[in-house]
Amino acid sequence: MLKKRIIPCLDVRNGRVVKGVNFEGLNDVSDPVELASFYSDDGADELVFYDITASYEGRRLFTDCLRAVAEHIFIPLTVGGGINTIDDFDRVLKCGADKISVNSGALRNPTLIAEAAKKYGSQCVVLSADVKRVEGGFRVFSHGGRQDTGLDAIEWIRQGVALGAGEVVLNSIDTDGVKKGFDLEMLQALDVDVPVVASGGAGGISDFVELFREVPSVDAGLAASIFHFGEVRIPKLKQVLAENGIPVRRI
Amino acid sequence: MLAIVDYGVGNLFSLCSSLKSLNQPAVITSDPKEISMAERVILPGVGAFGDAAEKLRNTGLDTVVREQAESGKPLLGICLGMQLLFEKSYEFGEHAGLGLLRGSIVPMKGTIPEGLKIPQMGWNSLILRRNHPLLRDIKEGDCVYFVHSYYADGCEDSLIASCDYGREITAAVASGNVMGCQFHPEKSGKVGLSILKAFCEVAV
Repeated sequence: MLKKRIIPCLDVRNGRVVKGVNFEGLNDVSDPVELASFYSDDGADELVFYDITASYEGRRLFTDCLRAVAEHIFIPLTVGGGINTIDDFDRVLKCGADKISVNSGALRNPTLIAEAAKKYGSQCVVLSADVKRVEGGFRVFSHGGRQDTGLDAIEWIRQGVALGAGEVVLNSIDTDGVKKGFDLEMLQALDVDVPVVASGGAGGISDFVELFREVPSVDAGLAASIFHFGEVRIPKLKQVLAENGIPVRRI
Repeated sequence: MLAIVDYGVGNLFSLCSSLKSLNQPAVITSDPKEISMAERVILPGVGAFGDAAEKLRNTGLDTVVREQAESGKPLLGICLGMQLLFEKSYEFGEHAGLGLLRGSIVPMKGTIPEGLKIPQMGWNSLILRRNHPLLRDIKEGDCVYFVHSYYADGCEDSLIASCDYGREITAAVASGNVMGCQFHPEKSGKVGLSILKAFCEVAV
């Protein structure tokens, strides 16, 4: 059976990892290659590089950084942030990205999903959605989660998959940063036949156990700070998941 | 020198990087002479079978690859490149492959249980079916990275490893000097690198 994936997410600005990482044995590392190697050796199943400046300042991703990582790390790499056109896809794919996640760019122009899926295949196109509860429903937000689009999230994601997105990242704005667990209710509401990556809310190992147990349709759990600050180490996380009968890749 | 056959399909960045990290000189080429002179050949590929088979034929590289295989040179097909080694595929119609291995490429849809997502995308563990130098460093249960919606069927005579995705799915094949992986060794971490290394060291 397929293993449940554990995905650290690295925010990048000007080719350096923002905030860096700081825990025993790895102090204040902000070099993307060094960090990516560390996570890869620790058993990360995939890495997400997110350009946190690009989506609203229109900055180009620092492809040099991506290229350097892809030259040294041989696990799947997903890139997001500021992907608005097919040229953006082309630019990051040439630098070794395997999957590209679209968010605001697809909201502005949904046909981007269809065009990219046709040109590079659905497996390459990830639809990332920032979702928040508004008036009893799930609403999609754009611009880094700051702007209410008025769109129903479940409907938008379904549309994105129909257009050709081969994977969905559902980021709950409501649970993001709260560290009290993934948004199980929101994830359960999602009904798509492509892989789903849960994002937002992981505070500890038990949150991942609960995620995979309660929402079997979720394929992967994504988190940032708990990995970067050493609160959760991937080998231990996978050990506990395995003990709970959840299939994981051990290295 | 190792030749990676370039017929306009797929992204070769990671494959090149992984070979470089193994200190294996490789060249991406569509030049028949260069391919003929290489010690080993890799046939990569992503996308649809029909398009890829047509591109191989239109460039005349189908003949070149077949000649290399018949000359006894180690040949490794990766992902769609592996599928192309077989006789035919039923992906969007019926298309002829290189016919170097016995078997055909069939859809997962309808042959795996309902509820399993297609494509199979992610890490799955290998079930070793036959000893082969390509898998010399691989242990039962080692995980590799798959992205595919079709798989090789009727290839028991070349099957060396499989995985379980609701049914047994062909993961790696070999018959003499002709080898193939359905998964992406260049995206499968250290396990994948060890398979590429083994290919680079298979006796010529």
